[in-house]
Amino acid sequence: MGASQSARTEHEFQDLADRTGFSLEQIGNLNKRFRQLSKNEQTLSRQDLASISALDNNPLRAQIINAFFDKRNLRQNEVGTVQVIGFEEFLMVMSHFRPAAMHITEEEREKLRREKLRFVFNMHDTDSDGTITLEEYRRAVEELLSKAGTIGQETAKAIADAAMLEVASTTRGKMEPDEFYEGITFENFLQILKTLDIETRMHVRFLNMDTATMRCGK
Amino acid sequence: MSVRVALHSPSGSRSFLERGLLLLVILILLEGTVLTLGAASSPDIGAQDNTGGHDHRDDHRGIEGSRGNTNYTYTKKAFPVLSLDYHHIQVPFEISLWVLLASLMKLGFHLIPRLSSIVPESCLLIVVGLLVGGLIKLVGEEVPPVLDSKLFFLCLLPPIILDAGYFLPIRPFMENIGTILMFAVVGTLWNAFFVGGLLYAVCQIEGTYLSQVELLPCLLFGSIISAVDPVAVLAVFEEIHINELLHILVFGESLLNDAVTVVLYHLFEEYSGAGEVTPMDVVLGVICFLIVSLGGIAVGAIYGILAAFTSRFTSHTRVIEPLFVFVYSYMAYLSAEMFHLSGIMALIACGAVMRPYVEANISHKSHTTVKYFLKMWSSVSETLIFIFLGVATVAGPHSWNWTFVSVTVILCLVSRVIGVVGLTFIINKFRIVKLTTKDQFIVAYGGLRGAIAFSLGYLLDKDLFPTKTMFLTAIITEIFFTVFVQGMTIKPLVDLLAVKKKQEAKRSINEEIHTQFLDHLLTGIEDICGHYGHHHWKDKLNRFNKKYIKKCLIAGERYKEPQLIAFYHKMEFKQAIELVESGGGVKLPSAMPSQVSMQNIQPKKLPPAVAERALPQFTKGREEEIRKILRSNLQKTRQRLRSYNRHTLMADPFEDGWNDFLLKKQRMIELEKKMTEMSNYLTVPAAPPDSPTMCRARLASDPNAFYNIKASSDGVPTIQVDLASPQSPDSVNMLNEFSKRGATDQDLGQREGADRDEDQGLMMKPSSAGKEEKGEEEGGNKNPGLMRCLSDPGPSNEDEEDEPFLP
Repeated sequence: MGASQSARTEHEFQDLADRTGFSLEQIGNLNKRFRQLSKNEQTLSRQDLASISALDNNPLRAQIINAFFDKRNLRQNEVGTVQVIGFEEFLMVMSHFRPAAMHITEEEREKLRREKLRFVFNMHDTDSDGTITLEEYRRAVEELLSKAGTIGQETAKAIADAAMLEVASTTRGKMEPDEFYEGITFENFLQILKTLDIETRMHVRFLNMDTATMRCGK
Repeated sequence: MSVRVALHSPSGSRSFLERGLLLLVILILLEGTVLTLGAASSPDIGAQDNTGGHDHRDDHRGIEGSRGNTNYTYTKKAFPVLSLDYHHIQVPFEISLWVLLASLMKLGFHLIPRLSSIVPESCLLIVVGLLVGGLIKLVGEEVPPVLDSKLFFLCLLPPIILDAGYFLPIRPFMENIGTILMFAVVGTLWNAFFVGGLLYAVCQIEGTYLSQVELLPCLLFGSIISAVDPVAVLAVFEEIHINELLHILVFGESLLNDAVTVVLYHLFEEYSGAGEVTPMDVVLGVICFLIVSLGGIAVGAIYGILAAFTSRFTSHTRVIEPLFVFVYSYMAYLSAEMFHLSGIMALIACGAVMRPYVEANISHKSHTTVKYFLKMWSSVSETLIFIFLGVATVAGPHSWNWTFVSVTVILCLVSRVIGVVGLTFIINKFRIVKLTTKDQFIVAYGGLRGAIAFSLGYLLDKDLFPTKTMFLTAIITEIFFTVFVQGMTIKPLVDLLAVKKKQEAKRSINEEIHTQFLDHLLTGIEDICGHYGHHHWKDKLNRFNKKYIKKCLIAGERYKEPQLIAFYHKMEFKQAIELVESGGGVKLPSAMPSQVSMQNIQPKKLPPAVAERALPQFTKGREEEIRKILRSNLQKTRQRLRSYNRHTLMADPFEDGWNDFLLKKQRMIELEKKMTEMSNYLTVPAAPPDSPTMCRARLASDPNAFYNIKASSDGVPTIQVDLASPQSPDSVNMLNEFSKRGATDQDLGQREGADRDEDQGLMMKPSSAGKEEKGEEEGGNKNPGLMRCLSDPGPSNEDEEDEPFLP
């Protein structure tokens, strides 16, 4: 019984590894963490993620948690949110943070870049309409500065406005006073963050070792 | 001979300026003796001269005294109307001449078209040094030992390293610290032992006449020659604009290998005297390395924190702020050198530690001063170093040994390539962003040697090392080889290999937002993954920094400011300066970089009532009038820049005041809200401005609207421009000035008084709305005096400006 189950999970893991690009060890580690977070349930809820104490100080806490329950990030072409996610979805979201492989072609690099930027874009684009409006951008910056106290809240708006102006002026060039810039589309987003080497920067080191046991030793 | 040829052939193509320079050099030579610059730089010799002279006089008197006061009266000579006393000024005069020569040379290179794009400056400077040295030799003088080790390590090197440390891009440096350390420590060790060991082996071969060279001197030589030189690397890499990663790898290595070089140098120097090396010595060497490097960093960090702490209290004496940066850093360097710790690492640590805090504390002007002084000093030092390297080449006694020199050059190249390739193989296992073959090539090829190696070789004791001159010759050859051959070919090679170059684009606010965003995002993801990686610890460190350190080291409220806001303020501030500099408000709109206004991105939600409620009370002429008054005020503040005061820099309100202006944003916003409620726009039925950015944006796109809003609304958001600091009495309230200007139009004398008050930096009272209106009304009146100062301030105005400001 146990043997067949482990064989089944192994098969599942292999399948997941093929789809997400993680190694089997990494998947094993993440699975452990998943069960730890979900308290050995099959699914993970928002409360489970919100209970991580280390996240408390993160200004993006809400946005990060939302990203895990956003269907757009689950590599399915759907829009909307889900209430609970399984391990597979968890892994899908995590796979956005995999480092780039060493030898990749220019096309693959571009694809990776788009994927990673799409993830960030989706975090800003809260109403999933494909553009980041000024309101959304302001909210994003406000969240980013939410730990900075009152100064942050006052400046956030100004910063978001300045950033939006910048986007508009770099992507549109000259605009007439009566023209209206609706918001940042994904293409614009790609364009303004051209110099940010996101494909090499947006990654987390997924350990191959078993971190759970390591931390137990502490 | 070769020097002579070199002297003649390029002189034909040389510019007039350089010919003049050469003439100048000859003049110096003819006029006096070009004494040793080593002597010139160290005042003790001059002091000796003085005391010598003094003693002489005393002797003279003593003799006279012993004669029994027989002939005490001196015969009266004619009063010397003009006398020449070159020795009196010789030392500083010659220093100045060298610096002048260096600077003029640097200037000259950039005047010659296309030359600087082909040949790196460092090569040209060395050639100039060779020429100067050759000239001195031609005239028959003794070539001064210009690149004296003391001069080099105490005067020339620190500015360059401080410049590098202060402006060290911390982020990429810390992100690659593992790789850099690997190259700097293991790589340098490998190079030293590989070169030293193999050289010794070569020396043992029969027929090279080098059998007298022992192992330890060879290893010492290896450790001197193996270190990549920061000066040379900086000089070459700044010109090729390589991407940030490669730049920081090579440059970081050149900075951090100093500790290894220092330890190896002292170790081998010590053992060369003692002879035997025991395993105990090796252990001691490792401990020594740790102490030298960590001690250097600790010394630097302590001084850095001290500097940051001092800068907390400088708000009342802004003029000496930059000095603290320099003096504390130099003290750090000297303190480290005192204990034979790594002075370079101390300087780097000092600069890097103090920078964020000092920058938050000191005024913008002081920051600019620091920046310019560092750049100026480092660039002059660098120029002098390369020139001196050339001069020293001509000067030094050489003993050329073909085998030794060629083997050195080859071994250096080989060991560098093997070292880099081998180390990258290991490093790549741990790196996420792998180093490609191209990267490895550039890192290996960029390993330039420079003046540090020469100075270390120069320091060697002739008695202990009979082969010193041969070593020096080999070191110079290696330096020349790397600087000329590698330095000149690296640029074409970078182009050929299509190595990624640095993007020159300035940092945009969107990038900054997303850099911060990514940091937090990745920290969050790491936390969810449950393993504490880099981001987690970085976040912890940042929070600690924010919570405790910044509070102690940064004055006022600014310590609370997150990085993003600080960045935004900086950017905003730059724009403000551009705005002011782009023509004093007259040509405001055209000079703005942004071509999109806030109206374009603002959600269209303005109620039509707002547009209708706009109150067209003022006639076109009145508007024009108000606008002009405001502009004249803009001009006025610009003119005040010219004023001079020894103790305080007369602050430009648009610079220093801007920060405080930003801090008072809340008030601005409140006022703007109030303004929105009033909603009495004149011309443009724009959306209600709800953020300062928007206001500025509108100012950019349509200054008229801005002015109109400002001028006409009741709760006028004053353009409050405080100088220096909030508490300081130097503050100017522009609108207040405006109102006063208006109020005092009728009484010119009173106006002058008011202006003088301002110039003396008296506190302006906060403007009241009533006064404001009065000012407007007054401004509405056509006043020739006022009109005059719009475009061209009248003579009386100028007189005012020229008046001394302190009573």
